[in-house]
Parts: sequence; C-alpha cells; structure tokens
Amino acid sequence: MELFLNIVLGGLLIGGIYSLVSMGLSLQYGVARVLNIAHGEFLMFGAFITFWIQQNNVDPLLTILIVGPALFIAGFILYRTVFTTIRLKSPNPGVFESNSLLAAFGIYLIVQNIAVSIWGTVPHSFSYLGSAVNISGALFQENRLVAAAFAVVIGILFYIFIARSRTGKAIRAAAQDASTAALMGVNINNTLALCFGFGAAMAGIAGSLISICYPIQTNVMGLGYTVIAIVVVTLGGLGSIPGSFIGGLILGVVGTAVAYTKWLGSDLAVASYYVIFILLLLLRPKGIFGK
Amino acid sequence: MDLNRINWKKAFITAGIPLIILAVLVFFPMYGWDYGVTLFTHFLMFVILSVAWTIFSGTTGYISLATAAFFGIGIYASALLYPAAGDRYPLYVVVLIGGAVSFVLAFIVGAITLRLKGIYFAMFTFGLVLLFKEIIYWYEITVEGRRGRLVALEANDTVYYYLLVIMALTILVAYLIKRSKYGLALQSIGENEEAAAHMGVNITMVKVLTYAVSAAFMGAVGVVMATKWTYVDPGVAFSPMMSFSPVLMAIFGGFGSIYGPVIGAVIFSYIEEILKTGDWSKYYMLIFGSILVATILFLPSGLVGLIQNVWRRVMERRRASA
Amino acid sequence: MHLLEGNKLTINFGGLTAVSEVDFYVDKGEILGLIGPNGAGKTTLFNLISATLTPKSGTITFKGRNITGIKPYQICRLGISRTFQTVKIFGNMTVLDNVRLAALFGDCKKPSEAEATKAAMGLLEFVGLVGSAGIPARGLTLANQKRIEVARALAAQPELVLLDELMAGLNQTEIIEAMDLVRKIRDRGVTIIMIEHVMKAIMNVCDRIIVLNYGKKIAEGTPQEIANSKIVVEVYLGE
Repeated sequence: MELFLNIVLGGLLIGGIYSLVSMGLSLQYGVARVLNIAHGEFLMFGAFITFWIQQNNVDPLLTILIVGPALFIAGFILYRTVFTTIRLKSPNPGVFESNSLLAAFGIYLIVQNIAVSIWGTVPHSFSYLGSAVNISGALFQENRLVAAAFAVVIGILFYIFIARSRTGKAIRAAAQDASTAALMGVNINNTLALCFGFGAAMAGIAGSLISICYPIQTNVMGLGYTVIAIVVVTLGGLGSIPGSFIGGLILGVVGTAVAYTKWLGSDLAVASYYVIFILLLLLRPKGIFGK
Repeated sequence: MDLNRINWKKAFITAGIPLIILAVLVFFPMYGWDYGVTLFTHFLMFVILSVAWTIFSGTTGYISLATAAFFGIGIYASALLYPAAGDRYPLYVVVLIGGAVSFVLAFIVGAITLRLKGIYFAMFTFGLVLLFKEIIYWYEITVEGRRGRLVALEANDTVYYYLLVIMALTILVAYLIKRSKYGLALQSIGENEEAAAHMGVNITMVKVLTYAVSAAFMGAVGVVMATKWTYVDPGVAFSPMMSFSPVLMAIFGGFGSIYGPVIGAVIFSYIEEILKTGDWSKYYMLIFGSILVATILFLPSGLVGLIQNVWRRVMERRRASA
Repeated sequence: MHLLEGNKLTINFGGLTAVSEVDFYVDKGEILGLIGPNGAGKTTLFNLISATLTPKSGTITFKGRNITGIKPYQICRLGISRTFQTVKIFGNMTVLDNVRLAALFGDCKKPSEAEATKAAMGLLEFVGLVGSAGIPARGLTLANQKRIEVARALAAQPELVLLDELMAGLNQTEIIEAMDLVRKIRDRGVTIIMIEHVMKAIMNVCDRIIVLNYGKKIAEGTPQEIANSKIVVEVYLGE
C-alpha cells in the first residue's frame, strides 16, 4: 500500500508539473507549429530566476508573478522575430517545421549558454517547505504538494482562458487552420506569437515550481523536460490541452513506477518515456486522445 | 568546337579539382606538420558526417537527427572490438563492422519510421540518440558497474588516412548516387512523394536503402574517431551536438550540391577549432547556436547558393552592359 | 476479358461511404468518362485503381490478374499510370527530368539512361513542350504543367492511363487542345479513363460514360444515352 501510494501519488505530483510543461509545448507545437527543442531551457531559466530572486528572501512562490510575464515577453518577441521570419520565408508547412526545429536547437544552445555564463554549471538548491506530510504511511514533502497544486491550478486556469476568452477563440481557430483563421480577421502572427509566449511562460512557471522541490542545474536540467513534453504532447494528441494535462499525469506515474522498480532504477525513466513515444508513433500517431 | 571546350571545363571541375585536393591531402602529412594533421582530421570527420547526412536528408527533405546514434554505434564498436586492453580485431575489420552495424540499424529504423511525416521522423531520430545514451549509461553503471571504456590509441597519421579513405568513398558514393537514376528518384521523393510512387518509384526501398548507406559512413567514422579519443562514454558517443552539427554545416554550405556540405563542414570545424582553443571556448556553444539561427534566417540556400546567386547577377549585369 | 475490371468496390472514411459497391470495366482502346457532382467519389475511385487507397471490399483485376492491395509503384509498372486533379509535378526538377523519372522507373522494360532520355524527349514533342525541356517545371503555366503530367504518365509506357480533370482551370483554347491531346493518346493505343467536369469535352471524346453520385453508380452508357437519361439530368446535368 505504501509503495502503491508512493508510486501513484508521487507520480501524480511530478505528473502535475509535467502537465504544465507539456501544455506549454502543446501550444508551441500544436498551434504555433514550432517543435521547440529549447522548451526545457525556458523552464531552466524560470527555475534560475526564482532561485536568484529568493536569495533576497522573497517567497519563491511569489516569483511566479515575475517569471511568468518575463518569459511570456521573451517567447513572444522570439516568435515575432525568428519564427515569423522563417514562417514567411517557408514555401510550405513542412519546410517551416524542419527549419524552425533547427532554429529552436540554436536557441537551445544560446539560452543554455547564457545561463551557464551567469550561474555556472554547479547544481543549486534552496530549502522551502521541507517538512514531510504523512499520507497513509507514505511520506511526501510539503513543497511537492504545493508545487503540484500550483501547477494543476495554473493549468486549469489557463485551460479556462483558452476555452472561454476571445483570445482563446483566436488561438483555437489558428490551431485548426492558420490561413483560414487569418482570412477571418485573426492577426495570425500575433496569435501564434501569443501561443509561443504562453508556452514559454508555462515552462518558466513550471521551472519555478521545480526549483522549490529539486536541485537545479543550468546545463543538464532542460533537455529531459523537453523530451518529456514531446512525449506527453504526442501521447495527448497534438494541440489538445486536456490531452496534454492527462498525458502529463500518466507519464509522471509511469516514470515513478520505473524508478521504483528494483532492476530498472531512475536512470531508465527517460528511456521508458522514449519507448512509450516509439510505440505511440507507430501504433497511434494521433495520440490517445486525438481524433 | 565550343561544346568541346565547355565539356573539358566541366570535367575539370567535377573530377580534376577533387583529385588535386585529394593528392594534396594524401601527401601533406609527410611534411611533419602535426597540428595540421590533427586539424584536418577534425575537418575530415565533419566532412564525412555532413556529406553522408546530405546523401539522404538533403535530397529527400526528411531531417534525420540520428547522426549521433550511428556515429556512436561506430564508437562503441571500437570500444568493444578494439579495446585498449585485451584481444582486438584489425582496425579495418572494426571499421567495416561499425559501418555494417549502423547500416543494418538504419535499415530497420528506416523501415519502421520512414512512413512518418517530416517532423515526426525528426523527433523519432532525435529520440533514438537519447535512448541509446540512456540505455548504455544504465547498462554500464547498473549492470557492469563502470562508466566509459578505453579504446586502443592509434597514431594521428593512421587516423588521418583512414578518414581520408572514408571521406573519398563518401563523396564518391554521394556523387554516383546523385548522378544515377536513384538520385533523380530521391529528388522526386523530396518534391512530391505521392507522385513519385505513382511514377513507378519504389519509394520505401529507395528511402530505406539510401538512409542505411548514409548511416554506414557515419558508423565507420565513429570507429576511427574512437581510436583517437581513446576514452569513450555514452555522453561522448551519443552527444546531440553530433546530430545537429552536420545538419548546420550542410545548411550553411548549402545542400543543393556536394560542394556545399564539404565547404560548410570545413568552415565550421575551423571556427570550432579556433573558438575551442582560444579564450572564447566558453562562448563556443553560444556562438554556434547564434550562427545556426542566423543561417536559417538569412542563408536558406547556403553559401554555395549565395555564391551562385551573386555570380548569376554579375553575369547578367555583364551581359546587359555588353 | 476486359482490360480493367472493378467488382463491388467499397471504401469508407470514418462514417462516410465514399465509394459503395461500384462495378465498372474498361476495354482496350476505349475512352471511358467518369462524371458526377463534387464529392461523388470519382477521384476516390481513381485512388483505388492506382492503389493510393485500398478498398474495404471488392476486387480490381487488370488483364485478368487481381491487383487489389498491391503498391502504387507496382501498379505503375504493370501498366496503369495517372495524372492528378491538383497538379503534382516535381517543381524544382526540369521538365525533362520529370518525364525521364517516369520513363526510368515506371517502364517495366527498364530502359537505359539514354533510352529513357530519348523516350522522354519524344513525349515532350508529343505534348508540345520540347522547347521547355531544360527549365524547372514550376515555371510553366497550369496548362503546360498538366501537359507535363500527361507526358510523365505516358513515359511509364502504360496500357491504361487515368486522367483526373485534365481540363479543369483551362481556358477555351486550351480545352480544345486538351481534347485533341486525349484523342491522340488513344491513337497511340493507350486506353483512357477520364474524370471531367467540362461537359463539352466528355460528350465529344468519350465512347462510354459512367455517372457516380454519393459513391454509387447511377448510370452508364454512351454519351447520347447519358445526355437523355432522366436520372442523370435530375441529379447532375439539370443543376
């Protein structure tokens, strides 16, 4: 029972954060059509901004109010400069997708190395709400419960925003068919840039939440989350926000289960994500929740 | 009459210049310029990788990011069959094995995944690199209780000449494929796969075989490089940079011709060498990333394409003024 | 024995039945017309014949041989080639290379490079594009791109060619030229199935016409019979 709780509840806790990261990538890839390899680097940057601010005795949860808008602006500008240019120069969507993937890799290197030159490559951590909570015999640190709760609430708020607001409607129209949406009067460059900005903001906020639970490190932490987000987005179906949400929870549980299995261990958690990814691509490329 | 002269000129460009360059490359290590040999080894490695990448991805438009996977397999073939301590096979046998294993693996990967559309194929191949890295790390640490392996060290000249032969073969094969009817078929697949299939091209076979051929060269080069680096671990063997660098070099040079990736690889590996050895080493990746973004934004058809455009404009102006 | 024969061909996409229990045949030397309103399943039928799609049920036989379920490239090499409703030329390849490719890969006799080039030039002559042989195909007008498609389809040395809306988007002069081209193709001994919306063309050129509506065959006969058929006039011509 204790092991079961550790796996399922522990998996859901980390899964909540995966969901938030993946919803961000879902917007960037599902709508803006950029397979953003640098997604995890935005997350890393968010984590380090939080780390940096909380050193001045600011509550790390408050830093979300800075991290979110800062990364939104960065993502928005990035899309309006780099990716809009690529989009306008590409003769067809296939070329845009490949070229933007390569450009995203360039951005990955740039963002990561800016962070390395500011914060170095040693792991950093700080303690925040470190006491343990006992849930039917399984112990969880408070900070993980808080982080997961924040991730889920922000994710849901965002979903409501997409489902209800006027901007959300434009985003959904662009996800269906960008050129038709443009004909219907949607400012397509701004809408796609908004998606990219929201995606970056969600990654950054997820990074803030991760920093209150786990050690953070500039040069290694991002790529793992990018891989997770790619798998979750494929799992949940491209551009499906609820799909990403549920997919993130599933992946959290699977990863935790693999990490708890004696003969596999946590080193193989990422490999297990990739196996899921391969099977999905081959058997159901639309994702479990895709139409 | 005029026609004859043009053909001679063309023959000189297609066969003469490469042969002269090859002759220079064959003889120059004999003058004892050690740094030059090391530098050129670096060039050769990237020329092979980016030309091999272009053979398949440049023409079909399927962006493969598995270069590091095939290269890494070559490295691990070396680590297992050409270790620092214990029995080892002759190096040329290991090179052949490394190439063959990469060929087979690419064949299987291609057969499963080449029906995936563009970006999914890129994701899949990139994931392959990470998967190999994770699994071998896990195997070495958990099962064998070690990290990394040692490969027997080879002399700089040996490494150099091995790479030179592999490079000559890669470029020759790239050229022969481009000239043959299969080159035409690959191009048609890049343009419109459905139409190509209806014109009688067995698209699956053409794609999978070409992919496997390009991977064989990547594997072979991995085998040889391991004997230069001697210490290898999954992080060295399956580094994502080895997947992206050849792509960048090919795009930077322009993959419309075989010259493009060659020029791109030489320029880039030289930049890398300068940056890595100087005070700038900290910023190497940052600069690399910036050049990648700038190339995609401003040099879509590569340096060779840019030069061709400028040349055409100059010629037109000359014709106009005449 | 018919050259090509379809038996009870059925395919559906999701809940929609695109082609339902359609029987058809074409004899050697014939020009068969395929008409019907948009969405009637005409192009889907072409996609079934050329193996872009596999039927859910039913069989297709070519010269007595069951060809259901084989690959598009095999269909082409067996002797059925096609053009596309929206042109699918290889835009960055030269006009000559477009046609040469089909000669090299589609012709089951496996011609040498020189033979393929010669055959391709011959076909460019046939469709009237010799002058454009060396320029990239994307630079041509729509009418000429359609001619490339015809030359390309013929380069595979087919016995049967499927022409999908050859005349859509062409002006009056071009339509008359295209009608002439269709007859010339038949005169080479190639059997033709054509989808067309231009009634004048279909009535003039075809030996026999099949009418599809909502995936079902609703009429079949000579152009005269079709023009006089009440049901056809109701669902289609009478619009």
